[in-house]
Amino acid sequence: MALYSEKVMDHFRNPRNVGVIEDADGVGEVGNAKCGDIMKIYLKIENDIIVDVKFETFGCGSAIASSSMATELIKGKPVSEALTLTNKAVAEALDGLPAYKMHCSVLAEEAIKKALQDYYEKNGIEYDHSLFPDCEDCEHCCEV
Amino acid sequence: MNKTIYLDNAATTKMSKTAIDAMTPYFDKIYGNPSSLHSIGQTAAEALYDARQRIAKCINASPNEITFTSGGSEADNQAIISAAKNGEKKGKKHIISTKIEHHAVLHTLKKLEKEGFEVTLLDVGEYGIVKPEQVKDAIRADTCLVTVMFANNEIGTIQPVKEIGEICRAAGVIFHTDAVQAAGHLHIDVAAQNIDMLSISAHKLHGPKGTGVLYAKKGVRLWNIIEGGAQERGKRAGTENIPAITGMAAALEEACANMDENAKKMTAMRDRLISKLSEIPHSVLNGDAENRLPGNVNFCFEGIEGESLLLLLDDKGVCASSGSACTSGSLDPSHVLLAIGRPHEIAHGSLRLSLCEENTDEEIEYTIKAVGDVVSYLRNMSPVWRDLISGKKEFITK
Repeated sequence: MALYSEKVMDHFRNPRNVGVIEDADGVGEVGNAKCGDIMKIYLKIENDIIVDVKFETFGCGSAIASSSMATELIKGKPVSEALTLTNKAVAEALDGLPAYKMHCSVLAEEAIKKALQDYYEKNGIEYDHSLFPDCEDCEHCCEV
Repeated sequence: MNKTIYLDNAATTKMSKTAIDAMTPYFDKIYGNPSSLHSIGQTAAEALYDARQRIAKCINASPNEITFTSGGSEADNQAIISAAKNGEKKGKKHIISTKIEHHAVLHTLKKLEKEGFEVTLLDVGEYGIVKPEQVKDAIRADTCLVTVMFANNEIGTIQPVKEIGEICRAAGVIFHTDAVQAAGHLHIDVAAQNIDMLSISAHKLHGPKGTGVLYAKKGVRLWNIIEGGAQERGKRAGTENIPAITGMAAALEEACANMDENAKKMTAMRDRLISKLSEIPHSVLNGDAENRLPGNVNFCFEGIEGESLLLLLDDKGVCASSGSACTSGSLDPSHVLLAIGRPHEIAHGSLRLSLCEENTDEEIEYTIKAVGDVVSYLRNMSPVWRDLISGKKEFITK
């Protein structure tokens, strides 16, 4: 049995939306090089719609695939919908991840949330702080 | 190049034709149990006797000092547990080892610690080599065992086994060495190198998987790990794996006969890889450039993670290995890379290429290009790399 599903391998080999948005409206970085995973998400938002999204990832195959899939899932969606993206949805869209790799999907969810939070902060938009996890420490993600 | 380039020979090797041919008759022709008294059993017993003689000769031991095991891990377990129990009987419960041993050694030592033994794990310095004086300084009146590997499985460093053995001999302490990566690749002479116990695994030297050897010098009592029969002079129960043992004897003999020639061939390819991969900016060789297994290359590349490196190399047909946490299924990267002082950040980006004599110069050139391409590709999507090149973070490597 292969380590990863074909979908994971497809997103790993041909990652969608890799890169940087120089004038991004929101940027979120989560993870820690010490743990071996860092994800950075860049968002371009117009009229409350995510019109563009790019990512950069330092990490294993499933980290890269999770970032790629997460960007696909939120591109063109309203901010409110992107906020509801869960790590489970990312993992399911990839036809599953090995149990010990689930934290990669958690990182993808948190990177997007962090970028959205950054967008709210930058634009002085009121938001519900409880929607955003405190992600100073990546160890808890790794334990998921 | 539309084929597989196998550079993971430290994980396991392809069996040699000599070994396969040696094994084949013992599956369906001479399939007897060597403990049986009838002729088909006794023919198998002769094969076992013959294999023991030949293997003993390869390491300059006596046949009755050879115990067949299921592999290197079992040999390591039995060697350490035996030396510990022998020591315990004399009230000696201190063991010396190093931080870069294989887990077959480290986990056995952990278990003994829980049983009241005290374990000193020596540092190995930035090049991954323990100094004989460190062993000398660590030996106490209650030390019952020193276990230091012959050559490291990850970074390929060769330890000063003979000198450590000499120190142990003088102090009256048993010396065990895990020679799983060394056997068939480096000259082993248990007498000249002052070795009391030594572990070998067949599948690292073009022999079959699931078989190995524990050498224990005459007078060193072995304690059973597996009970249930009188095989191996009562020290290891279970019907002997005759096909595997005959295959191992053939493989070891062949490897020892061609050792110098193979080493010369591999060393040239190894040094070419080391020299070209060193040209990749912000890469660092792990281990010592000279005291190194002829087939071992191990690098860290800053700004990338090892598992994705392996998967992309695999797509290009190159089979390699990494000490990244993701490949081990744990949070921490390789204990060996951490022990030589590599920070977590770059230890995650490690690559091990382990050669065999059948690799070709063409394969090496292809691999050099493939590694360079994959490293640049991954760095281009790495936020860590972006921070490093933009000066936001400082490079750890040159």
